[in-house]
Amino acid sequence: MDAISFWILATILVLASVLVVGQRNPMHSVFLLILSFAALAGLYILLGAPFAAMIQVIVYVGAIMVLFLFVVMLLNAPTEEATSGDRIRRMFGAGPRHFGAVLSAVFAVELALALIRLASMPMPSADRGAPVATVYDIGLRLFHDYGFAFEATSVLILVAMVGAIVLARREAR
Amino acid sequence: MSLLLIPLLPFLGFLVNATIGSRLSKSTSATVAVAAIGLSFGVASSVVWSLVHVAPVAGVRALDAVVFTWIQSGGLTIPVEFRVDPLSSVMILIITGIGSLIHLYSTAYMHEETDSEYARYFSYLNLFAAFMLVLVLGASFPLMFVGWEGVGLCSYLLVGFWFTKQTAIEAGKKAFVVNRVGDFGFILGMAAIFATFHTLDFQQVAFRVAQLPVETTAGVLTGITLLLFLGATGKSAQLPLYVWLPDAMEGPTPVSALIHAATMVTAGVYLIGRNAVLFGHAPLTLNVVAVVGCLTALMAGTIGLVQNDIKRVLAYSTVSQLGYMFLAMGVGAFAGGIFHLYTHAFFKALLFLGSGAVIHALNGEQDLRRMGGLKKDLPITYWTFLMGTLAICGVPLFSGFFSKDEILGKAFASGHTVLWAIAVLTAFLTATYMFRLLYLAFFGERRAAPVTAGQADDHGHGHVAAHGAHLRDAPPAMAIALVVLAIGSVFAGYVGVPESLGGGNRFEHYLAPSFQAPTMATIEGALTVAAPTIEPAPAEGQESPTPEMALMGVSVVAALSGIGLASFIYLKRPSVADALAERLSGPYRLLVGKYFVDEIYDAVFVQPIKRVSTLFLWRGVDAGLIDGTVNSVGFAVRGLSAVLRRLQTGSVRAYAMSLFAGVVAIVGYFLWR
Amino acid sequence: MPEPTLNSFLLLSAVLFAIGTAGVFLRRNLITILLSIEVMLNAVNLTFVAVDRFRGTVDGQIIVFFVITVAAAEAAVGLAILIALFRHRESLNPDAFTSLKW
Repeated sequence: MDAISFWILATILVLASVLVVGQRNPMHSVFLLILSFAALAGLYILLGAPFAAMIQVIVYVGAIMVLFLFVVMLLNAPTEEATSGDRIRRMFGAGPRHFGAVLSAVFAVELALALIRLASMPMPSADRGAPVATVYDIGLRLFHDYGFAFEATSVLILVAMVGAIVLARREAR
Repeated sequence: MSLLLIPLLPFLGFLVNATIGSRLSKSTSATVAVAAIGLSFGVASSVVWSLVHVAPVAGVRALDAVVFTWIQSGGLTIPVEFRVDPLSSVMILIITGIGSLIHLYSTAYMHEETDSEYARYFSYLNLFAAFMLVLVLGASFPLMFVGWEGVGLCSYLLVGFWFTKQTAIEAGKKAFVVNRVGDFGFILGMAAIFATFHTLDFQQVAFRVAQLPVETTAGVLTGITLLLFLGATGKSAQLPLYVWLPDAMEGPTPVSALIHAATMVTAGVYLIGRNAVLFGHAPLTLNVVAVVGCLTALMAGTIGLVQNDIKRVLAYSTVSQLGYMFLAMGVGAFAGGIFHLYTHAFFKALLFLGSGAVIHALNGEQDLRRMGGLKKDLPITYWTFLMGTLAICGVPLFSGFFSKDEILGKAFASGHTVLWAIAVLTAFLTATYMFRLLYLAFFGERRAAPVTAGQADDHGHGHVAAHGAHLRDAPPAMAIALVVLAIGSVFAGYVGVPESLGGGNRFEHYLAPSFQAPTMATIEGALTVAAPTIEPAPAEGQESPTPEMALMGVSVVAALSGIGLASFIYLKRPSVADALAERLSGPYRLLVGKYFVDEIYDAVFVQPIKRVSTLFLWRGVDAGLIDGTVNSVGFAVRGLSAVLRRLQTGSVRAYAMSLFAGVVAIVGYFLWR
Repeated sequence: MPEPTLNSFLLLSAVLFAIGTAGVFLRRNLITILLSIEVMLNAVNLTFVAVDRFRGTVDGQIIVFFVITVAAAEAAVGLAILIALFRHRESLNPDAFTSLKW
């Protein structure tokens, strides 16, 4: 495992995500998210899961993000107005928004604590003989053991399609 | 098996008339009802016939029929069991026999009602007969109590039959409520019996009581019997619970005949007779019974002297005669009391039905002061009424003479001389007021209402009499009943002719086993425990004829002088009555006001209870406490929800946040562990 | 530099998840909220793949496969709803849609 690649990719990932959440212009957020997905795909390859990386780029970035872009441009989404006042005060002020932010921080701390208690678990690296998961392996598992889930998901997608069309329709005059 | 038919047949008659009666024609309803009770009489007769031929077992002669087990709980098993023995055989013959005649009479008397009312009347009448039969045939206290309550219910229904009339409704309520007070005593007595003897079957109780010594001081048995006697005073209209019977005259006259003369009011006497062994072991109670009976007889006799409503006079005379029966029971002459019950059933029913015929002929007139001269217009009614009057006065050769005389004789022989004297005085009063009734109603000329000092005792049951209208005598249905009862009033007493007059007093000997304990715990022969010999009830043995003849002579003299006094005043010098009323106006008003007992009860019991109920129970407990509790639950919910609904902010983010907060909490909890 | 262990991947995933939830609560733009949800989903995906590598199976990747599919469906429907809402209220502020209140 290339440690350096990991740290670089991880940094990009976190930074981009923070900025996604912090940006005021939704268009900027979308692009930043694409960047974070790319970093994530890189991490997947590092983890020996090329299939997942490919799916991530093609489906997530190529389809979903494009969809987001379409919607942002269609709606001419307005730039979120700047909130006045101190950032810190905004962060920890009253109201569900800010309390939610506090909660998230608490949650992060909790998870970190949980992780610290775990024993260190080293990852097998490629040059130590850990196999790379090929499409063949995944396909075998998918259609042998998860066949039902596969079919169910396809029905789900169909339903989502129909739903999206119905919901976004203009009222018939 | 046929024993069950006796109460079942009238019950079926009730069911038919109660359910489809309104759609039946009058003749069909009547046929159903009369047939039901008539058949029951037939079955009863055959049952009694077989009973007479049954050999006594363990000193008890009885026929049993068990239907099913009603209650089985812990150590208590109560089967629905009917038992006929000599005592109940007499009762069932009276109930079904005289009952049939009254049913027959009613078919004509009630003919002016609508079809549905007619059917309703007969359904109640049949139901009453069914319950009364259950009462006397029941083999255990609870079953008897079923009948006891049932006849109370039917009495309420029948007294208040014309429910559109306010006085009738109130009379029905009064009857039921006063009975209830007595029933309270009955229930307590029943519970005490179970607690003491752990059984409620009559024979078992008698057997166990016989093992105990006679209680000469107040003890458990005295308490039990006093409680039972309280119940008996309610049902049989003795002091202090007699007040419902005169008011109960609001009901149709055949109802008065059946319920208040021949059957229901005798339930109390039957109760004591049925528990003769138990009462025999509590002589203190028997004394109370005798005194109460005697005083009631005297008191009612005095009131009856001045009443102006024909039915009221008969009502008070019933109370008085019941007093005689209780006097008999109280001095230990159980057979004598039942004998008087039996003869009384005949002549009292006859008198009531006769008065009904008079009322019927006069289109509802009940005031004696407006009657008179009916002897020539209503011959059948007059002659049968005369038979009944002679019987009730105890004139020799009529049935009442034998039964009344036996009571007086036994009272004297048992040493209760004072009670005997009062009873003789009451016999004198009975003769006086009964012949007063006879003369005022049937003799002389038809009168208009006299102008007296404003004592109005008027209770017409419908429209005012028509003067001088052509009077119709009793129609056939009524006449048959009257004639049969008249024959009975004359001849029924001959089963009990005492030894001193040459008869064998078969009635008393027939009934004797009913008043003794069985010598075995169960008569099925399971146990063979011989009961110790018990002291017989006081003075049942042979008496030398001479004192008895003298006593008989005294009572005859009393009766004849009463008749003489009445004849003098009401035939020869009617003005004497009014003059006496003027001069003794104080006592007169007291008597007419019935000693103001009703008013006293009202002030002492009724009004305070009403006030407490209104102020405390109604406003305080019901409206305040119960409604308040329920309402406050509602208010609490409303208040709480008013607070809680603020959680619905409409902001989805807030909801999501609360979800997330829960997740954080749970994860935190597991971390912490 | 220290070798990345499973723990580091898990920590990374946790941080990413927290960032996502913070975004859901803090932002006042519906589109950005949806994007934050996508961030959360990706954090979970990362966990799956990392554990997969650690244990040598491929089941995790299959789950990732399904997650991505479902995320796609959810994004589609979510955006459709968003469009409908926008047409109704001309605003993308979630606080503008609070009619279902007491």
